Amino acid sequence: MTTRLTITSEIERVAAEQNTKLAPLSDDLILLDSGLDSLCFAILVARLEDSLGVDPFTASDDVTFPVTLGDFVQAYENAAR
Amino acid sequence: MPPAEARWLRDWLDDSSEDGGRTLSGRTARVELAALARSSSLDVDPVALRGRCVLIATRDQLTAALAAIELDGVARRIVLLPPDVPREHLDAVMADAAVEVVVGDVAQDGAALGSASRVTCAPPLRPIAPTRHDPRPTEWVLFTSGTTGRPKMVIHSLAGLAGAIVRGGARDGRPVWGTFYDIRRYGGLQIFLRALHDGGSLVLSDAEEPVGDFLARLAAQGVTHVSGTPSHWRRVLMSPAARAISPRYIRLSGEIADQAILDGLAALYPTARIGHAYASTEAGVGFDVDDGREGFPASLVGAPGPVEMKVVDGSLRIRSPRTAIAYVGANAAPLADAQGFVDTGDMLELVGERYRFAGRKGGIINVGGLKVHPEEVEAVINRHPQVRMSLVHPRKSPITGAIVVAAVVLREEGAQSVTLREEILGLCRARLAQHKVPATIRFVPALAVAASGKLERPHA
Repeated sequence: MTTRLTITSEIERVAAEQNTKLAPLSDDLILLDSGLDSLCFAILVARLEDSLGVDPFTASDDVTFPVTLGDFVQAYENAAR
Repeated sequence: MPPAEARWLRDWLDDSSEDGGRTLSGRTARVELAALARSSSLDVDPVALRGRCVLIATRDQLTAALAAIELDGVARRIVLLPPDVPREHLDAVMADAAVEVVVGDVAQDGAALGSASRVTCAPPLRPIAPTRHDPRPTEWVLFTSGTTGRPKMVIHSLAGLAGAIVRGGARDGRPVWGTFYDIRRYGGLQIFLRALHDGGSLVLSDAEEPVGDFLARLAAQGVTHVSGTPSHWRRVLMSPAARAISPRYIRLSGEIADQAILDGLAALYPTARIGHAYASTEAGVGFDVDDGREGFPASLVGAPGPVEMKVVDGSLRIRSPRTAIAYVGANAAPLADAQGFVDTGDMLELVGERYRFAGRKGGIINVGGLKVHPEEVEAVINRHPQVRMSLVHPRKSPITGAIVVAAVVLREEGAQSVTLREEILGLCRARLAQHKVPATIRFVPALAVAASGKLERPHA
């Protein structure tokens, strides 16, 4: 499975668990408008670390916080490289 | 500048500047502070509440702020009810704190008030004759964070609460403060008091307001000083509206500020002073760190001054005039030890010349400011017939500081399955608040048990 697909399916799973209505997952989706709250993102990042083996928001010294879904996916793709 | 030793909050409302305009703003209303000298937000004469024990139980922060200003020096005791205290605990709160009068919002239902009388509080203000009686010190009762079941409360004095506010602290002109943190919790109340004391204005958040809308409101009010927990600030950094504000001072408190959030804020707001503060509801404000680095200089421990700190068995102990006076209730445990030191329960580890926070004593987990007792979660997991034992512990999170995770030992080795994991999570979701439900469950063959027969609980 591609990094992107892993991320979007995990987002859908977290949203379903938390009974959250999810906005359509496009690259320019603002994460804070996605329907996921901080707790959802915390769960998401922990599970992605388990499945992808990296947490790009902790790993490096130069952390940028993602604003859009595109930023979020990019952070994982860059970290995997 | 009013004297720091002013005995009541009204002494801090002075508006001697020509342009006037000190305000307190909520999401839907704004109040001129100067107007409070000759008007009231309450539907009774505040004098009628003299010497009474008053619970401020409003939905809105602005009404709570107005009631607190009006009743300090008047009421014998002000109990500030945070919005997240479950309704089912209200009777216990009223009994424990000996509440006689409840101040509520206009539109709020009047349930669960017992024998207490009810007062309504709301802007707009209505004119009253200026109060002339002598103020008497009011006890401020605050809820501690991190308990399950019956809420715990502590008593503070205004002098103790304001003990960390230095005279002339707003060195760069009249501040406009904004707080993400609810002022009915210790950390938010600090900002409320600072804004009043420093001759400034204050913009209050609303729990249901999207972060972008609050940032726009802060920007419209020309905010200069902003305070929040690291989790609040992480949300700001994820918001496209983050650049709407350009504060001169950024303050983090209430959770551990890690290097990533300090660096992220420094990059986004390069001209701002950024500080993180250590405080707890019981121990009061301990110290401020302004060097942009996580943790704090080890030299603060054992240093002379009004706040004395020591580390015993790895946890931070504080003795200072800012600590609470006592827990509420006749049979409550003592707040401090015989020497007057309060155990904060925050574990420290020494790394070079600096102390870093290493989680909570007893394994208590802080999820974005909400505390979780692992035992409570373990008890739910252990109800599943196939579970032999479980260990719930924190895992570091770049979003909420920590999250809850669980390691589970099954009765039958090798019985693990996706279905079983979902069943256990479903059990947790049905019985626990969202932030207490484990984010991940690992099946393990065994858990370490200490010589005492208890689970070994790593505190990191």
